[in-house]
Amino acid sequence: MRYARWTVLGLAGLFFVLPLGASIEFSLRDKGNGHSFSAWRQMFDVPGFTDGLVTSLILALGTMILVLALMIPTVAWLHLRLPRWRRTVETICILPLVIPPVALAISITGTFGADGVVGKQTPWFFTPITLFGQQILPILLLEYVVLALPFTYRTLDAGMSSISAATLVEAARNLGASWPTTLLRVIVPNLRTPILSAAILGGAMVLGELTLALLLFAPTFPVWTINAGAQADPKIGVAASMLILLVSWILLMMMSLLGSHRPNKLARRAAR
Amino acid sequence: MTDVSTPSPTLGALANLDVAAGAVRLEGLRRTFGKVTALDGVDLDIPPGQLVSLLGPSGCGKTTLLRIVAGLDFADAGKVLVDDRDIARVAPSKRDMGMVFQAYSLFPNLTAQDNVAFGLRLRKVSAAKRRRRADELLELVSLGEKAQHYPHQLSGGQQQRVALARALAVEPRVLLLDEPLSALDAVVRLQLRDEIRSLQTRLGITTLFVTHDQEEALSISDQVAVLNAGQVEQCASPAELYSRPATTFVAAFVGAMNRVAGQLRSDATVEVAGNVRPVVRSAGLPEPGLVTVLVRPETITLVPHENGVAVVQRTSFRGPVTRVTSVLPDESEIFADVSSGSRKANVLQPGVRINVEFDDQPLMVVRPGENKIDFSEHG
Repeated sequence: MRYARWTVLGLAGLFFVLPLGASIEFSLRDKGNGHSFSAWRQMFDVPGFTDGLVTSLILALGTMILVLALMIPTVAWLHLRLPRWRRTVETICILPLVIPPVALAISITGTFGADGVVGKQTPWFFTPITLFGQQILPILLLEYVVLALPFTYRTLDAGMSSISAATLVEAARNLGASWPTTLLRVIVPNLRTPILSAAILGGAMVLGELTLALLLFAPTFPVWTINAGAQADPKIGVAASMLILLVSWILLMMMSLLGSHRPNKLARRAAR
Repeated sequence: MTDVSTPSPTLGALANLDVAAGAVRLEGLRRTFGKVTALDGVDLDIPPGQLVSLLGPSGCGKTTLLRIVAGLDFADAGKVLVDDRDIARVAPSKRDMGMVFQAYSLFPNLTAQDNVAFGLRLRKVSAAKRRRRADELLELVSLGEKAQHYPHQLSGGQQQRVALARALAVEPRVLLLDEPLSALDAVVRLQLRDEIRSLQTRLGITTLFVTHDQEEALSISDQVAVLNAGQVEQCASPAELYSRPATTFVAAFVGAMNRVAGQLRSDATVEVAGNVRPVVRSAGLPEPGLVTVLVRPETITLVPHENGVAVVQRTSFRGPVTRVTSVLPDESEIFADVSSGSRKANVLQPGVRINVEFDDQPLMVVRPGENKIDFSEHG
């Protein structure tokens, strides 16, 4: 039994480690037979590197903030006031998992493009978008919020179910807390781990998302990675992929460390 | 974890609490959930400083009633008056009521001290003052040394004590207790029950206590309101509730009660199980004939006799007493309690013939199938 367990664990480990190891090895190959960091060094000189990375990080951060701002009150309200609607909202939230990104991209261009329903009827709608200089990014951000809904809903829903939210809210209300205070001082601090998990999953998804960005010609880091690999050197593309993986991993570890810290000084300070 | 600390409320902490006991009056409260009527016109008066228990079986509406008083639910009709002000539509956060819940309701991310100080912070009390007040209240519930503990580091009884301190911290006009002891083990439950009553008496805070445990209600209340199917069947002192129940439901729910058939005579006596005894005289005395006689088991004496009218059917050991259930000639059952380990308890074994004797107290009678017991003219 023990051997079987280790065999399964080993195979699963290989499944994850082998491609990563091969990619890293490939990115380190030199022109001869040796290995060096030349591809990793050259990566920073390829035009668009910083812009792409910053764009992706902003999109990831924006997605995390927007999806949590949207879903924390929604899930709380569903649990406390509209439990009968939970199944319906859950179904709506997991729809992005089954809609192909191609369909999403075509819908977006068809709706928001110059000849699209929204683009044609309400040209003023684009005014704030031009402030960014990259018109598609706000729309892509909203689209990423939609794509992050399944992870976020499921994670927050499970978290709410585990904390007897109804009793805590009633206790807070009885002690004189308004609804916003209850949400900020009772629900959010006690949903710290699910909130961080949802943020991590959403952020990681955005940092690695390629299809939608590529189809919408958005200058994100994964799109830059593909272009750099195709136009400059495939090894640079692979090195950039490994870099974004590393950035995602560091973000995950930071959030995980924050989430596992108990008792939470921040939460205590908030209560004082 | 087990509670080992003994209640030792500090007088200093009590002196710093400024509780203004409110008078609560409920008028015609009605609440339905779809086709289910949870409250059906409830009227109830809770005088200032008294502890009134809402007692009833599961689903009788007692928790719904408490939640409406707290503002966590709203009545379809009726009034909730505190000091003659109708607060039926006032938000729970503005009602000035402290509540302890059945489920553990401490905020898991806060220490015991921060939990108690939570309501004070919302009232913009300075940090130093609310920390001092929280410490005093934790002392009051004998948990001063646990101030920096988180809820998961406290036992169930300790958590409920912190919840009690938290509810009292905001100096509420009314304290609401929603079965706060039901999740605790028997020893802690008894201890905390006495502690709650002691605190309530010392603070003089108006308290509404929901329970389904009749012993709990009888032992700590000034008055007990018995609810059944969304209505208050009777609200009275524990002693009156026990000795003069208004309905057969109250009679059966509060304490144990036999219901046996008897023949009411025109001279206001009743013949039951071979005895003739006076009945409780009232304006609503039934016509002579078949009646249901209500008898407490402790008023019955069982006498073994070879030609006795009843036969012992079974016995049930209940610690200090043994309940002996016998069958009367009309096939109905009657039960009585005898001291466990006594000679009589050893004799009264299944199959033994016995006579059933009642003490001299007048017996309560009702028409067969009727719920109301009339004491209106009985002195």
